[in-house]
Amino acid sequence: MTNTSGRSKPPVGSRPAISRLGLVALIGWIALLVVLSWWMSQVAYRWLPVQASSAAPLVDGLFSFETGVGTFVFGGVLSVMAWVIVMHRAEKYDESDAEPIEGNTRLEVIWTVIPLLLVMAIAVYAMRVNTSLGVLGPMEHIHLANPVEDQGGYPADRLPAEQVEVIARQWSWEFRYPEANVSSTELHLPVDQPVTFRLVSDDVLHGFYIPAFRLKQDVIPGRAIDFNLTPSREGRYRLRDSQFSGTWFAANQADVVVESPEAYQAWLKTAAAQPLQPGLSDAVAEFGARQQLKNPGWATVPPAPPPQVNVPGSNTLPHDA
Amino acid sequence: MTSTTFPPSPPEDASWSRYFGFNTDAKVIGIQYIVVAFFFFLIGGLLAMIIRGELITPAADLVDRTVYNGIYTMHGTIMLFLFIFPVLNGLNNLLIPTMIGAPDMAFPRLNAVAFWLVPIFGTLLIASFFVPGGPAYSGWWSYPPVSTQNPLGHFVNGQGLWLTAVALSGVSSIMGAVNFVTTILRMRAPGMGFFRMPVFCWTALAAQSLQLIGLPALTGGAIMLLMDLNFGTSFYQPEGGGDPVLYQHFFWFYSHPAVYVIILPVFGIFSELFPVYSRKPLFGYVYVCLASFIIVGLGLVVWVHHFFSSGVAQWMRNLFMFTTMLIAVPTGVKVFAWLGTIWRGKLRLTTPMLFCLGGLFNFVFAGITGIMLATVPVDIHVSNTYFVVGHFHYVIYGAAVMGIFAAIYHWFPKFIGRMPYEGLGKLHFLLTFVGANLNFLPMHPLGLMGMPRRVSSYDPEFAFWNVLASLGAFLLGVSIIPFLLNMVSAWVRGPKATHNPWNAIGLEWLLPSPPPEDNFGEHVPTVISRPYGYGTGEPLVDHQAEIERELTLQEAST
Repeated sequence: MTNTSGRSKPPVGSRPAISRLGLVALIGWIALLVVLSWWMSQVAYRWLPVQASSAAPLVDGLFSFETGVGTFVFGGVLSVMAWVIVMHRAEKYDESDAEPIEGNTRLEVIWTVIPLLLVMAIAVYAMRVNTSLGVLGPMEHIHLANPVEDQGGYPADRLPAEQVEVIARQWSWEFRYPEANVSSTELHLPVDQPVTFRLVSDDVLHGFYIPAFRLKQDVIPGRAIDFNLTPSREGRYRLRDSQFSGTWFAANQADVVVESPEAYQAWLKTAAAQPLQPGLSDAVAEFGARQQLKNPGWATVPPAPPPQVNVPGSNTLPHDA
Repeated sequence: MTSTTFPPSPPEDASWSRYFGFNTDAKVIGIQYIVVAFFFFLIGGLLAMIIRGELITPAADLVDRTVYNGIYTMHGTIMLFLFIFPVLNGLNNLLIPTMIGAPDMAFPRLNAVAFWLVPIFGTLLIASFFVPGGPAYSGWWSYPPVSTQNPLGHFVNGQGLWLTAVALSGVSSIMGAVNFVTTILRMRAPGMGFFRMPVFCWTALAAQSLQLIGLPALTGGAIMLLMDLNFGTSFYQPEGGGDPVLYQHFFWFYSHPAVYVIILPVFGIFSELFPVYSRKPLFGYVYVCLASFIIVGLGLVVWVHHFFSSGVAQWMRNLFMFTTMLIAVPTGVKVFAWLGTIWRGKLRLTTPMLFCLGGLFNFVFAGITGIMLATVPVDIHVSNTYFVVGHFHYVIYGAAVMGIFAAIYHWFPKFIGRMPYEGLGKLHFLLTFVGANLNFLPMHPLGLMGMPRRVSSYDPEFAFWNVLASLGAFLLGVSIIPFLLNMVSAWVRGPKATHNPWNAIGLEWLLPSPPPEDNFGEHVPTVISRPYGYGTGEPLVDHQAEIERELTLQEAST
C-alpha cells in the first residue's frame, strides 16, 4: 500500500517522487535522531566511573563521541527496519513478488565512501588521544628471578622523578617506593603529579587496571613495562587484576588512594617508620579456609605468601569507583 | 555404512540407523554434525547456567573458584569448538552440494572422517572433567604461563587434554575446509559461474579459505604450548628465554579470523533468506559477494586488537586499530544490502525471517560496540571487561546463533521432508530475542564500570546488572525448550513438506524434499541466471518449468 506513496526515506533503487509532506517528515525524523544521538552522547558519561586521572576525560570524550555516532547509525538502521516491518508487509494472501530492484551503484558507492570516511575519522581521533595519553614507556626484557637487582642497571637518564614499582603475584599486589624505601599493598599516589610505574610480574600474566583511571596494562612476566599516568582526583579507587591469572584472579584487587601531595608525603614518612609485616592477600586467607574442607574442589596453584610490607592498608573500605 | 542406489528407495524410508554410522552422504553427515553440535550446545548451555547462577550474587558462593574457572573455560571451548563450528559445518554439508548442484562433496570419505573427529575430541574434552585436578581452567585462550602451571604435575591433565582436543578440532576443520573449498571450486552445476553462485556458497568459500590460512598458526601454537606444558620446553616461558606474548600472536592470528569463519556463513544465511521472505532480489549481489573476500583479506590483519593492553608497542596499537576500523566498511556494505533488500519488499514474518531480522538487529548493535572496541583508548579501558563479553555474545549468540536458527527453520523442510511448527518457532524466537538482549545488554554497563571478565566474585556495586543478566540467561535456557520440542515433533509427525514450501529460488529447491542421496544425479540442470531472481520472471535453470512440474506430480502421487 505504501510501496508507491513514497512517504518515507528516499527509496532505494528506483526513485518515485517524494511528496513534500514526506520530505518534511523525513527531515523531522532525522533531526529527532540527531537530538537523540546528542543526548545519548551526554548520558554516556554517566555509564562510566568517576574521572580520576588525566586520561579519563580524553577516553570518555572519545567514548561519548562514539556513542553519539553509534546511536545515530543504530537509530537509522532500526528506523528503516521498523518502517519496512510495519509498512512493507505482504498482504495475507498475496503470494506475488515485489518489484525486482537488483541494486544501485550510486548507493553502493555512497554507503562505502561515507562509512570509510567516518571510521577513518574516528581512527585518527583515537590515535590523537593515544598520543596525548602517552601511557606507554619503554618496555624491556628482564630476568624474572631477580627484578630488584635489575633496577640497578636501569639507565639513569630515563629514570623519572617518581617511580613506583608494581609487583604482581598470584594473588597479591605489592607497591614499592624505592626512594622512600617503603612497600605497601595499598597504592598511594599524590594528586595531579605524573607518576611512572614499573610493572613486573613474579609468575603469570596479570592486568594492572584501575577503572577510575580508564587505564590498563598487562603485566608480563620477564618484562619490565614503564607505564605513565597522572591521577587527577582525590579518593579511594579499586585496582583490579584484568588478565586472568588463575584461581583467585577475582580476589586479586587492591585499593588506590589518591591524596594531596602533603598527605602523600606524610603517608610515606609514617610508612617508612613501620616495621615489615604481611601485606593483604585475600587468596592466602581463602586458601587456608579451603584447605580445611573435606572436598575443596579441583587442584589449584597455592597462593604466594603475602609480601612483607610496611603498610598492608585495606581493601575493604568503601571506594569511589 | 554406505547406502547404495539399489534398491532405489526414497531416503525417508532409509533406516534411521545410518545417522549413527560412518556414512559418506553429505546430507547424512550434515545432520550428524547439527545433532551432535546441539548435544554439546546443551552441555555448554548448562555450564552457562552455572556461570550465571554463580554471578547472580557478588560472592563466590555457588561453586568453588577452581570449579568456576574450569566451567567458564569449558563453556567457551565447547560453544566454539563443539557447537558453532560443527553446526556451521553441518549447514555447509547440507547446503553446498545441493546449492551448486553437486552429487556430494569432493572427498566424501574425508568428509566423514572430519565429522567423526568431532565426537572423538568432544569426548576427550568432556573426559577432562574427570581427570585428577579437573579440566582446563585458563580460559579458551589458554594464555601461558597460567595454562602451563599444571598444579598437580600429572602428565595427563585437563589442560593437556584440552590442547589435544583443540589440535584435533583443527585437523577436523582443515579436512572440512579442503573439502568445502574444492567442492565449491570444482563441482558447480553447468552454467554456474562465480557470479551466479548463491551468496551462502561465496561466504562458505571465504570462511573456509580463512580456515586454511589461519588454522596452521593456531595448531602450531597449541602444539608448542603442549610441549611447554608436558615436555618442559620454554617457547612461552620467560624463565627459559621464551615470551608469553608470542603465544597471543599465534592464538589470535587464527582466532580472530575464526570470528569471520563463524559470522561469514551467517551473512550468507541472511543474504539467502531476506530475498525469499521479502520477495525481492538481493540488493547489490556482486558487492555482497566481493565484500566477503575483502573481509577475508582484512580479517587476517587485525589480530592484535585482541590484546591491545598486552605487551605490545604503540605502533602495533595504532596500525591494528586502522585495519580493524576498515572492516566496518565491507560489513556495512552487507548490512545496507540487506536493508536495501527488505526495503519495499513484501515481507512475510515467518519464523526464519523473524530470526533474520532479530539477528540483524543484534548484529548492528554488536558492530557499533565493535567500533568502540577497535579504538585503542576505549579498548584499553574496557578490554578484558564484561563490555567485551557483551559484545561478542551479541555477535555470536545474538547474530550468529540466531542466523543458524533461521537457517534450520528455513531448510528443515528440505532436508527432513517435514514442516516445522510456526507457533513453536515464533515462541522460540521471542524467548531467544528477549533472553539474549536481557542477558547481554547489561554486560555493557558492567564493563564500562570496570567489572573484569572471568571473575568468580565481584564488588557489590555490580550486583544490579548481574542479576538482570542472569535472569536473561535463564530465559535463554528456557528458550531452547520450544526449539527442541519443535524439531523432534516436526521430524516425527510434522506435515509433509513439498519441494519448495517457501516459494524460494535456488537449485536446492528444485530437488525433492528430502533430496535423493546423489541429489540431481545425472540430471544436473544448467544454470542460466543469477540467484534471487524474485519478481524478475527469469527462470534460474533451463527447463525449470518441466522440473517443477515433475516434482509437483511426484508429490501429488505419494
